[in-house]
Formats: sequence, structure tokens, C-alpha cells
Amino acid sequence: MREVPFALLDEQSKKEIRRAILKGVAIPGYQVPFASREMPIGRGWGTGGLQLTLALIGKEDTLKVIDQGADDSVNAVNIKKLVQKTTGVQTTTHTQEASIVQSRHRIPEVPLTKEQILVLQVPEPEPLRAIERSEYKTKRYHAEKEYSGAYLMLFEQIMRYNQTSQGADYPVLVNGRYVMNPSPIPRFDNPKIHHNEALILFGAGREKKIYAVPPYTNVQSLAFEDYPFVVEQFAGKICRETGLSNVFLDELTDEETGETYYLCNDTSYMEEVLARKVAVKQ
Amino acid sequence: MAYVAVRGGAEAIEASLEHLQYERVKDGAFVAVETLQATMRGFLDQVMSESSLYSEQLAALAMKQSEGNVEEAIFLLRAHRSTLPRLYYSTTTDARSMFVLRRISASFKDIPGGQILGASHDYLHRLLNFDLLQETVEDVAAQKAEFEAIEVPDNSVLQLEKLPKVMDYLRQEGLIREFPENDAEPSDITKESIAFPTNRSQRLQTLTRGQTGTVTSLGYAGLRGYGASHPTVGEVRVGWQSIHVALDDGDDPYYIGAIKLTEVESFIPVNVNGEDKQVVEFDVGYGACFGQNETKAIAMSIVDHALEVGGDTAIHDEEFVLLHIDTIESTGFISHLKMPHYVTFQSKLEQMRAIKREGKML
Repeated sequence: MREVPFALLDEQSKKEIRRAILKGVAIPGYQVPFASREMPIGRGWGTGGLQLTLALIGKEDTLKVIDQGADDSVNAVNIKKLVQKTTGVQTTTHTQEASIVQSRHRIPEVPLTKEQILVLQVPEPEPLRAIERSEYKTKRYHAEKEYSGAYLMLFEQIMRYNQTSQGADYPVLVNGRYVMNPSPIPRFDNPKIHHNEALILFGAGREKKIYAVPPYTNVQSLAFEDYPFVVEQFAGKICRETGLSNVFLDELTDEETGETYYLCNDTSYMEEVLARKVAVKQ
Repeated sequence: MAYVAVRGGAEAIEASLEHLQYERVKDGAFVAVETLQATMRGFLDQVMSESSLYSEQLAALAMKQSEGNVEEAIFLLRAHRSTLPRLYYSTTTDARSMFVLRRISASFKDIPGGQILGASHDYLHRLLNFDLLQETVEDVAAQKAEFEAIEVPDNSVLQLEKLPKVMDYLRQEGLIREFPENDAEPSDITKESIAFPTNRSQRLQTLTRGQTGTVTSLGYAGLRGYGASHPTVGEVRVGWQSIHVALDDGDDPYYIGAIKLTEVESFIPVNVNGEDKQVVEFDVGYGACFGQNETKAIAMSIVDHALEVGGDTAIHDEEFVLLHIDTIESTGFISHLKMPHYVTFQSKLEQMRAIKREGKML
């Protein structure tokens, strides 16, 4: 029987991906093209993030995988299993214990440290795609720092709704140079990218791009002086289990009473807070 | 994890995977990989072509493992490809030296070497053959023996590995628009992602790996008025193509095997500015793919030409065609919509409610 290589990919492929990462770190926010490999999981299911993780991971690493804030959702479990099966590394649900955190659509609530790398899965790396479908043209706009289209898009939303309607994946300006999609994290998480201690890497497998925000980089959400950037508001709502209000909340419906209630979206953080509460009580 | 309603825990996933395994065996039936390899030519050819991995055995294995799901079989093979080091490129190979199993031309009745029909579904009445419901191993063996007892002349006059090309005949007459030879090293799209504008080798690679149905539909659109191409099939040839690898320049190349290949050259009339008048010449649209995939290869030749000459419809738009034609990418991204989008949806929801509350009246 054939042995699957350590971390699945052949060594030349991993080397190529690491070279793309280095280029991305050197040019914060710039989308580095790379020859994305086909992975055993679906394109659009985190193959960009997975390739970054596999290219970086060594036997000493500890891996945490998050999908929309949860460690035990289908895809997070699946990705974790695949990496573990091909590397044998330790996995964890605790943010602070992980050396590599691969995440889809969330930056953990627990602050990251300089010992850590955050890998984000990216469905659409191109912030200008909504206004220009041609890759040939968007590439030129970036080269010429021609971002009026991105601002115009937000301006039109404000004209129409008196506020932006971008939802998640709200574009940011990195290091004063490149406009970048932060992946579909809620706007709530955008400020966490600014001057983060950890290296943040973005992998788009289907679109074949890798980009990076090195530690302590200036990252500003696009906005206007008279219409500043606003994160999701959960005014007056708290997590039913922990009482926390300064976190991103999931909206749920109580099956018995039919009432709407809220829970902390970052499940591992919620469990840690709950565990501490129990410990204090005892 | 009692307090989160909508998450698949590890146990649920395990159970789902077991369920899938059970589905494959629940009727107690068994089929050997060798059997699939021997009897499922068309499926294997399509899957090898779209996964761009030439191995009938692995394609049959993928078919068995995926319960005959084309999309999944291709997925398995592509993922397998990613674990393999890429060591060599073959030397240039020319289909003039193909050992031809089938070769037809729609342009000329009498082509040098003749029309060789080979094995094709084209001339078949597509009626279900209910006899196959009762077919046994013995029946197959008997049929096989019957066919193999047919007398064939010892010395065939046809040199099946030296059949001239229809195109060469037109070229000699000066009817094919001349282009300078392009023998530049092809770009390997699996080692470097394509950038726009693309070169032809990138386009041909992307098309030959493209999803059969998609390539066919785009070619069809080109015929139906969404393209400037009105091709005549100059030649379709299907056969065994020898592949060689040269380890270094001085050495003779090593023969590493033969692959079954379909190659198509379509003739497409174009207006060319002659010395003092407009003349019509032919362009050649090119299609080639692993296995016997004639529809795909013909459609590919149409799309190849459409991308080459440009135009203002979708099939002339290289970004539209090349970025959406890949089986793995299209099926992957469509299926990702089944993943949870709770956070992004919540973010949108919060904004919609705010806009409803405070938004400007238009």
C-alpha cells in the first residue's frame, strides 16, 4: 500500500506554498497567486486554509480548527481529523493552547499571541470582485492602488440605506496600501486584525491566492469620516449561559417556549468562561 | 454540548460516514475493481479526463469507492494527485504516430487512409437491451470467443500508426491560415495558477480537464449563435498514443507506456486580408483529451478557437470559460453552500433589521 506523505502534500508542493506565504508576509494584504492543489475536502470547504496549515505544520504543533465559532461543527471536525490522520499532531479546542488556529468566519474571542498563527479560510479573496468581475482588471486596480470603486460601493449603500450593508467580509485597508477581504468574519472581528500579535494568513484554495497580515500591522476597515465603521450591534442582548455581552452572539430559538435567546458564538470561549464560573462556585 | 442545537458533533459525523459505507454494501452485492475496469470504459475515460490522471485501475477503484458517482470519483483522483511528487514531463508527442482505433472526417469522404469507424455508439439504436438483464459470465465468454474466431487477414495494408492527417492535405493547398510554430515550453497549470490574459497551453490544459458536460454545453452555445465559430470536423482520431520521457538531453527518450487519446481538429472559416482582397481561409480549433471522449474533444476544439479569436459573448470570454469549467471547483463551491453560514447570516440579519428600522425611505 502507498504511504500518504506527512501532512498529505508532497514536499515540493509544501515548499511552494511556504514561498507564497513569505511573499504574502513581505507584502501585507497583497494576494499572492499560487498553484492551489486539489485537496481531499471540497473546494470552497476550506482548501486554502488547509493547504496553509499542511504546509506549516510540524510534529511539535498543536492545532485548533474552528468553523463559524465552533470546534465541533462538521467541517471543523473533518479538517482536524484529516490533519491529525496525516501528521499525528496534537489538537485542542483551547485557543491559547494552539500554535496554529485554522478558522472559518471567526477570529477567536481569546486574544492571540506572537507564538501563534491564525489561518483563515477565504471563499472570495478579491475585494473588488463585486464591482469588477474581471480578474485581469482587478489585478491592475490593486497595482495602481485604484480603490475608488470599493469606496463608491460603500457610498452607494449609505446613499440607499443611510448605512453600509456589507454584512460580513467587510473590506479593510492593510498597511495603508492594499485593500483586502478579511474573509467572511463578522465586522465585529475586523478590529481584532489591527495590530494583532499573531501572524494572520489567508488561504483561498479555489481562487488560488494566499495573503497575509503580519503581526502589529495597521489594518483599517474602509469608512468615511461622517459615517464611521460600525460593528454588529447586540444592544441589550447577552449570552444566556455566560451573561457575556462583549462577544459575537448566535441568535437561537428555544424549542419549548419559542423565545429568541442568544449564545456566545465562540463555543470554546463560552465553555472556558462557564468552567471558570463553576470553579468559582465550588 | 446540550445547549447548541444546530451543530454536528463528532459522533453524528462518524455515524453519517458509517451510514454511507452501509449504503454501499447494504444489498450484499459485490463488484471487483477488475470487473469495472473491464466493463466501464466510458465512465473511466470521462473520469480520467476530468481528473487529469491517467490510470484505469485507479479510476475503477474511485468508481467503486464512490458508488459510481462521477463527481466524487474525480474528486478522489484529483486529491490523490496532490499527494504525488511531479517528476517529469513527457517529450512532445505527435498524434500522426497514434496507433489509430477510430478515425473519421466530416470534411472529406475520401481521406488518405480512409474512414476507420472502429467502435462507436454513433451508429447505434439506443434501445434498452433487455437480454443483458439475464446475461451470465458464460454468455460473455461465448460472445468473446465468437468475435475472436473471426478470421482477419494476416497482412493488413493499413498502417494504423502512420495515418496522414486531413489537415496536412489542406495545409499543402494553402487553405489553412498560417501561424508561426509555437514550441515554447508549455505552462503547467498545476504548478502555477493561471493569470490573465492566458497563453494557449494554459487554455488547452484547462479545457481538457474541464467538466465534460460544461465543455459540451459551451461548445454547443458556440454553435447556436453565441460564438463566431461554425466548424466542420476535419478529423477525429481515437487511439493509443505512445508517451516518452527524456531524462537528459543527450539520451534517447524512454518509452513509459501508451495512453488512449481522442484528438480533434475542427476547420473554421475565417476572413483573412490577402494582398489586395479579402480571402477566406481555415483556422484550426484543437481538442484533445484522455480516453475516448469524442463529444468533449469536439466541443473543446470549438471553445479553443472561440477563446483564440475573441468576441463579445461568454464563450469568447476566457475568464468566464476557464474559471468555471473545472469539475472540482464548481462542484466544491456549489456544495459549500451546505455548510453553516450562521455568523455571516447573523451579520446580514442584524444589518437588515437596522436598515428596516432606520434606513432612508427611497
